[in-house]
Amino acid sequence: MSQDFRLDTVGLINRDKKLSFKFNGKNYFGYEGDTLASALLANGVHLIGRSFKYHRPRGFFGAGVDEPYAIVQLYRNNETEPNVKTTEQELFEGLEATSVNCWPSVNFDIGAINNLLKVFLPAGFYYKTFMWPKSFWYKVYEPFIRKAAGLGVASIKHDKERYEHKYEYCDLLIAGSGPSGLASAYAAAKNGARVILAEDKPRFGGTLLTSEVNIGNQTGKEWAENIIAELKEMPNVTVKNRSQVFGYYDHNMVVMSEKISDHLPKTKKHHPKQRLWYIRAKEVLISSGSIERPLVFGNNDTPGVMLSSAAKEYLKVYGVLVGKKPLIFTNNDSGYETAIEFKKNGVEPIILDTRKEPNSEIIDEAKNLGIQIKFSYVVVAAKGYKKVNAAEIAKISDNKNDLGVLENIICDCICVSGFWTPTIHLASQSGNKTKFDKEIDAFVPGISKQNETTLGAANGKFTLAETLKDSFDAGYELSKKITKNDNKVSYPIVVEKNKTTHDKFWCVPLPKGKNYKRFLDFQNDVAVSDIEIALKEGYRSIEHVKRYTTLGMATDQGKTSNLNGLQLVSDMENKIVPEVGHTTFRPPYTPVTIGAIVGREVGKHSRPTRKSPINSWHEKNNAVFVDAGVWLRPRYYKQGNETLFEGSKREAKNVRVNVGVCDVTTLGKIDIKGPDAAELLNRVYTNAWLKLPVGKARYGVMLREDGIVMDDGTTTRISENHYHMTTTTAQAANVLSHLEYYLQLVWPELNVNVVSTTEQWAGAAIAGPKSRDLLQNLFPNIDASNEGLPFMGYLEGELFGVHARIFRISFSGELAYEVNVESDNGNFMWKKIMEIGKEFKIQPYGTEALSTLRIEMGHVAGSELDGRTIPYDNGLEGMISKNKDFIGKRSLNKKAFVAEDRQKVVGVVPLDKKTSIPEGSHLVRDVNAQLPNPKLGYISASCWSVEHDNPFSLAILKDGKNMIGQKLFVMSPLKNITIPVEIVSSHYVDPKGERVRS
Amino acid sequence: MLHIKCPHCGMRSQNEFSYGGDATIKRPELNKEISDQDWNNFVYNRKSLRGKHLELWQHLSGCRQWIKVERDTATHEIFKTLKANQDI
Repeated sequence: MSQDFRLDTVGLINRDKKLSFKFNGKNYFGYEGDTLASALLANGVHLIGRSFKYHRPRGFFGAGVDEPYAIVQLYRNNETEPNVKTTEQELFEGLEATSVNCWPSVNFDIGAINNLLKVFLPAGFYYKTFMWPKSFWYKVYEPFIRKAAGLGVASIKHDKERYEHKYEYCDLLIAGSGPSGLASAYAAAKNGARVILAEDKPRFGGTLLTSEVNIGNQTGKEWAENIIAELKEMPNVTVKNRSQVFGYYDHNMVVMSEKISDHLPKTKKHHPKQRLWYIRAKEVLISSGSIERPLVFGNNDTPGVMLSSAAKEYLKVYGVLVGKKPLIFTNNDSGYETAIEFKKNGVEPIILDTRKEPNSEIIDEAKNLGIQIKFSYVVVAAKGYKKVNAAEIAKISDNKNDLGVLENIICDCICVSGFWTPTIHLASQSGNKTKFDKEIDAFVPGISKQNETTLGAANGKFTLAETLKDSFDAGYELSKKITKNDNKVSYPIVVEKNKTTHDKFWCVPLPKGKNYKRFLDFQNDVAVSDIEIALKEGYRSIEHVKRYTTLGMATDQGKTSNLNGLQLVSDMENKIVPEVGHTTFRPPYTPVTIGAIVGREVGKHSRPTRKSPINSWHEKNNAVFVDAGVWLRPRYYKQGNETLFEGSKREAKNVRVNVGVCDVTTLGKIDIKGPDAAELLNRVYTNAWLKLPVGKARYGVMLREDGIVMDDGTTTRISENHYHMTTTTAQAANVLSHLEYYLQLVWPELNVNVVSTTEQWAGAAIAGPKSRDLLQNLFPNIDASNEGLPFMGYLEGELFGVHARIFRISFSGELAYEVNVESDNGNFMWKKIMEIGKEFKIQPYGTEALSTLRIEMGHVAGSELDGRTIPYDNGLEGMISKNKDFIGKRSLNKKAFVAEDRQKVVGVVPLDKKTSIPEGSHLVRDVNAQLPNPKLGYISASCWSVEHDNPFSLAILKDGKNMIGQKLFVMSPLKNITIPVEIVSSHYVDPKGERVRS
Repeated sequence: MLHIKCPHCGMRSQNEFSYGGDATIKRPELNKEISDQDWNNFVYNRKSLRGKHLELWQHLSGCRQWIKVERDTATHEIFKTLKANQDI
């Protein structure tokens, strides 16, 4: 097997290490250091895929990040990734790739019929055609378009790779390791600054790797290698290759994606695949270089047409000839450099130069080498379908309007150069006001908004001497500002060939009688004619033209197409480019994987798991867990083959009959201390707090300023100026912030301190008729009688030598206590309760039984206090003090809040006493009413009442107060069921609340 | 991501803070008569300013202090940060 297009010695690849790979099922080989693109080109493969709209054959256009169409579906280590740029993907042993957007194969593509229909597929075609009839959109048009269009296919498998995030600070972040990046990094590093130098390619050096220049008596490549080697040794410098700085955000935050393992057949053990860096830099130096601008002519999307800089890179870096009969089509001197490289390697190029009589050192060199040059010549159209096999060329008039006689010229590739477009994306993202530079016909950075400096080609400076001087100076000056050091390195002597000006000409006119497609955006198939249509139809704003034609909206984000599009609109509108303006550059500069963005926050790591100190006991005792807010809580303790329904019913029943114990550690707890603590509570809660005695607890409801219930809970007066507040599990953090807000900002005169003690206390609720006996046995030294520890009473005691707080409060409606001990003693407390409780037939109960108990006794909780209800709605109007002001009180007299038929919590029982009612169902009066059926209320919580042995639900119902006894219907369109129900009191069990006081 | 200088802790990333809205709104005094209009203005009505805005942030994952931040809502430039009891 030989490689027809590989040179014997040129290039930076390792010819000692062959790598085999597969493309579209066929075996090839390349070398270590190849990209997939260079390896395919070495094998003479130019046909890579099909275009998006017309399914025209597509090859390679660039050699790096700018590549618009050589994208593939990549297979690596049993995983697949769509739309991978072949020009960026490094070759590894066993790599497999297939074409995207073609069916059944790249060589025979059914969608290519679109190419024949292209007259029917102009800009806005989809918008115009697939509008009517409306009902056709989802069923007919969209599936069809989706199947025909679309690029690669995303994997639906779980991604087993590891992605990491890293946060970093530095003095200077330098994006790009070309001449300006290296010079500024070197100058800054030598002056003591902390520097991060990022290069998106595997090799450092940028254009120095391919250009014939001399710096300080070394070749550009040698100079780059020496600088990098020295930088790598410096402790204040971080040098990163395969790292793309893709986003520039507020306050000098830049984000960089580092590809750590994508170039390897398999990610190494303990290594991430990619790492996302969040870098906060004092100064950002953008040395992102420039991208060569295409020339626009007929069929310029044919495989074999590519940027001349790409052809040079394939030759000099990879030792690959992109053709053996190259045609160079240029409007500036850069094309000559490519031609000279071909010539030096024994290939005869022909140069077509749009300029009339240009003169420069490099043109002279080409002439001296005997390269054939045709001045005032253009390529009118590429010939060939799957590969260029000839070009139609013509002389062009001095005013560039008229073409001479068309001539055919045999060639196997056309290398185009339309001068250079500075890569200003990062500068623009940073908020820089970019400006149009008429000298180079492109936008360059203008006034900076953040601490950002753009250097070199990205700043529109195309000579090496100027670039290096600017960059050494910038690195020195900026580092001096930060480090206050004053170590200046000297400039090296630079030798480069001078160049002359480019021709302001990019779009070759159509010859008479021909309607060649002339493409601007190669990935989205946007041609000159599409822009013409958009303008003819009245689109003027460049943002609108972009969206209507999809120019620059493909995965390459128009890196090679934007400026030609702007130029065209300007020409047609007789405006100058800066008046048209450019579309907004937004991050990311290149596609970033979702994996890298998400990082390690996947699966159970997507948020912290909070576990109670008693968790190990729950695990050992068959607890089935549920996520309760940020906590992991036992839902029920499974016995045998019990279902959730059976288990929770058993546990709830045991509470009603004997005694149960529930882990309530997760309840929010806030310690409140200070002489004004009572005053704070009095302002925060709706009821009165000033006269609560020491050793007593009270239930409280707190509102937001808009009158909506925020949270509820009990607060206990531990001592004179010391209170213990409990909140619901879900609202714990919000309540603390709420209290801090009022203490720090609204009433700073209150002398009170609040601190969260949620994790300091482990809590166990003991509930049931036998709970008093159990408590007395746990604490033989306290008086657990109804007189000694009455309802809402508080005591402290010793639990087998461990200090404990004992509250007589109840969530279940039964006689109940809550015991708190320091978290470290939580497990000990729990085990003692289970041990001593044995004789009282104690069983632990989980959140499901807990809900059942509170629902059937009508105790409102999170599902009723849902951020939409006021105290009245929850039957808490009795909790509102008339004698004092509190947060949110002024809102309660709003018209809707005091309406006669205001919603209120009620109980709901199915008439058949069998059918369970789904939560979230609607309550309606008439099942046959015309749609939309007026909704009277909704089911907030449902359970199986263990007391009555039938389903029971709570609902928030309009005019609930007057609805008791009425027959309504529950409808759940989601589950497609209708249940006749009766409205009852929300207090379905012990309506007088006798048990808790017994 | 913004970089906010907490007056108590120094420069910190935005993800340590939570936003608290307009810092110039004063809560009406307790037990004081107030018209519906004034109350509604306090609870609901906020200007959506373009430009300099004095706003509240809480250093939630830090010192838990509420602070005032003078920020340009269009450019995100932060001019000044103040403690809760300080005024511009």
